[in-house]
Amino acid sequence: MIALFYIAGAIAVIATVAVILQTNIVHGLLYLILSLLAVAVIFYVLGAPFAAVLEAIVYAGAIMVLFLFVIMMLNLGQHTRDQERDWLSPRGWIAPSIMAAILLGQLLTVLSSIDYDLVPEQVGVMEVSALLFGPYVLAVELASILLLAGLVAAYHLAKTK
Amino acid sequence: MESIPVEHGLILAAILFSIGLIGVLTRRNIVFVLMSLEIMLNAGGLAFIVGAARWGHAEGQIMFLMILTLAAAEVAVGLGLIIQMFRRYKTVDINVLSEMKG
Repeated sequence: MIALFYIAGAIAVIATVAVILQTNIVHGLLYLILSLLAVAVIFYVLGAPFAAVLEAIVYAGAIMVLFLFVIMMLNLGQHTRDQERDWLSPRGWIAPSIMAAILLGQLLTVLSSIDYDLVPEQVGVMEVSALLFGPYVLAVELASILLLAGLVAAYHLAKTK
Repeated sequence: MESIPVEHGLILAAILFSIGLIGVLTRRNIVFVLMSLEIMLNAGGLAFIVGAARWGHAEGQIMFLMILTLAAAEVAVGLGLIIQMFRRYKTVDINVLSEMKG
């Protein structure tokens, strides 16, 4: 189980680095799906099977298909790929990368002071849904209103005049 | 069952978040910027799941569900904006948006 955690973590990091280095959007999207599936495996190892399934269905399934449809609608060709290669010059990415690396270093310093070994125990669908429809029912309603607002906004924004 | 150090999970979340941040800052293609935002949201969700596993509670998973909902709504609106932008400017370069006035 613990080996699964580290293997999936390594795959997630490599795939995510590959996402931001791609020049072809569809390749980047496929690497992102790989990264999300690796994170789903990590969720399962950490004892959250419900979150793992939702990550695979909603994130890697629904949201990524939405991306794919939009990329198909945009119909970007070889021209954009060459443009991307120009935009990925070292001049553009070296300063933000250094600053992000400094931030990451600070986070690592803070996080490495935590010293706790967790033994993952399964928290299944029963416990989560009992809480969702018990004390957190208002949050569920608010989430549904947020999704409705997103639906209306997406319909309005993507509409042809 | 063997134990996993809780800091390793949080460090993984921090690494994924930083990669997403680099993507947001460096890419000029707006689709990649939106994808990097997804990576960052996902890293936040991972941190919540690690917290849930640390305490053995289900609350962290509920927060992850909320993040999932937020990500879905955000992607729907963001992709609608991208379609509208492509229709007007015929490009996915975010630099053309700096010429918008008002």
